[in-house]
Amino acid sequence: MRYAVQRLIQAVPVFVITTFLIYTMVFALPGDPILALAGDKPVPEQVLDVMRERYHLNDPLLVQYGYYMLGVFQGDLGETFTGQPVSDLLADRWAVTAQLALTAWIFELVVGVGLGVVAGLRRGGIADTAVLAGTTFVIAVPVFVVGYTAQILFGLNLGLFPTAGTDEGWPVSYLLPGMVLGSFGLAYVARLTRTSLVENLRADYVRTATAKGLRRRRIVGLHALRNSLIPVVTYLGIDFGNLMAGAVVTEGIFNLPGIGQQVFQSIQLQEGPVVVGVVTLLVMIFIVANLVVDLLYGVLDPRIRRA
Amino acid sequence: MPELLPGKPGKPGEAPKPGRTATGPPPDLTAASGGAPGGVAGAAPDVPDPAGETGTAGRSLWRDAWLELRGRVVFWMSAVILVVAGAMAAVPDLFAAMGPNENCNLRMSKKGPGAGAVFGYDLQGCDYWSQIVHGARASILIGVAVTVFALLIAVVLGLVGGYYGGVLDALIARITDVFFGIPFVLGATVVLVAFPGRGMWAMTLVLVVLGWTTMTRLMRGQVIAVKDMDFVAAARMLGAGDRRIMFRHILPNAIAPVFVVAMLNVGNVIAGEATLDYLGVGLQYPDVSWGLQLNVAQTFFAEYPHLLVFPALFLTATVLSFLMLGDVVRDALDPKLR
Repeated sequence: MRYAVQRLIQAVPVFVITTFLIYTMVFALPGDPILALAGDKPVPEQVLDVMRERYHLNDPLLVQYGYYMLGVFQGDLGETFTGQPVSDLLADRWAVTAQLALTAWIFELVVGVGLGVVAGLRRGGIADTAVLAGTTFVIAVPVFVVGYTAQILFGLNLGLFPTAGTDEGWPVSYLLPGMVLGSFGLAYVARLTRTSLVENLRADYVRTATAKGLRRRRIVGLHALRNSLIPVVTYLGIDFGNLMAGAVVTEGIFNLPGIGQQVFQSIQLQEGPVVVGVVTLLVMIFIVANLVVDLLYGVLDPRIRRA
Repeated sequence: MPELLPGKPGKPGEAPKPGRTATGPPPDLTAASGGAPGGVAGAAPDVPDPAGETGTAGRSLWRDAWLELRGRVVFWMSAVILVVAGAMAAVPDLFAAMGPNENCNLRMSKKGPGAGAVFGYDLQGCDYWSQIVHGARASILIGVAVTVFALLIAVVLGLVGGYYGGVLDALIARITDVFFGIPFVLGATVVLVAFPGRGMWAMTLVLVVLGWTTMTRLMRGQVIAVKDMDFVAAARMLGAGDRRIMFRHILPNAIAPVFVVAMLNVGNVIAGEATLDYLGVGLQYPDVSWGLQLNVAQTFFAEYPHLLVFPALFLTATVLSFLMLGDVVRDALDPKLR
């Protein structure tokens, strides 16, 4: 309990400073934000004045930030150029992104841990080498290249999956995008599981278990694997936030009407306020996810709590 | 963006072991016997100083690593790819027949590979091979520049924080936490969207601001682990000042894992930069980069796969080489695996 409170108190300044930094970077750097958001077209002086007044741009930075955060906590993420609130825009899109992230997450968990165990049990073997080489490759190829390749190969040419859209619902429409989105994390999970398992198999308690005459399956499954999965669980937790963020690229490619696609489209249309609003929200989710993971980690591993 | 190294360095209690704890008996005796007078050299056995390398058989960690690396196929493969990519970035005219965006003919737009153009033509009808060669510079320059700046920040902050400890250290650690909490692509997107006219250096700046934390945490952990070792105490007793201890004794013994992460980081930054270009928040048209080419390709890849395949191939090969290089160097520097 003390650990939880401590961690919460620690998270507050991180949260405040992070959002403040994003806010400052976007709104307070040289150059007029209104002009920047307006793009190439000239803006009349009166419009500028009205806009400055409306966005509190004549107030000191801290006051501006206060207004902004107040709005965010009231669910006000700003407006699009057409005057539609960003929060309305996102209301219908949550479900899609959550389903996509969940699909990717399950994929990472099942396949990643599976590959990691196979590789880790026979360190230096063919399977191990293949997993190591394969995961390095997957990490090296940018997600959007993986996305397009998968779309051409499995969607268009082989016809195994729907290429775009959510017509066929969960899970069919989300399988291919989920795999693409999860590919990067999968590589990490596999490598992490492998390394951790290799280390734990060398530990004293495994030798003791072997000496006691336990069967190998029991040693690996019950003793080594359980301890090996602690760092993996941490990573998987943090990665849920990453997946929400990674959805920007994947949803754009596969035309899934989620939050990421909104960001993707808004970037293409150069709608600054929308991008800032949504991304700030995503960053906050990311921070909260990290916090939750740290709390869970404390539950899983008592050493963390006492430290 | 998470680091390739498994395990989370950085917390004070679980500082990672420095790369050289398990090297067995330190080769300091041989180094001292042939090395500098005064005996201080013996206190820091693994300082990669040129005199020691040429003079005696005293093998430093780096020399050991080099001997190990020499025999690895993967090392030579990635080294060759990187040398070629580096040459493309430095002197593109050696490889490309045309300058960037030069001699384009819209009539040839999107034409596939054929006579006269091995890689075909891009959307503007420029020779795709030349365009791809010119694209190397942006990726490699940004990747290397970001990593070098981030490494410098990491070394300074890590040394100062880890060595002095106290309030300063706590402050640095908290600031690191804050920046660590900002997701890479999203954070960069927010900032870059606000700048319509962003060039290579603006990109570099943004990526450094978002990317210095991993190495700083690792460096700090390394410094904390190394600073209590006997040779540091010996140097202090011989009257060495803080600065000398930090840079001559602690730094050479703490830098190895950070160096590995830096190598992996170059690959990650290049991939990240390409992603930003692809999203449309990175470099803009007159610039030529692999990410931009892929951005253009996204609309046409179904009918004209060559637009996607070639830049993707070059980008992947470069990133992969940096990652593999980092991997083999880490193996070579880690005596536990020998």
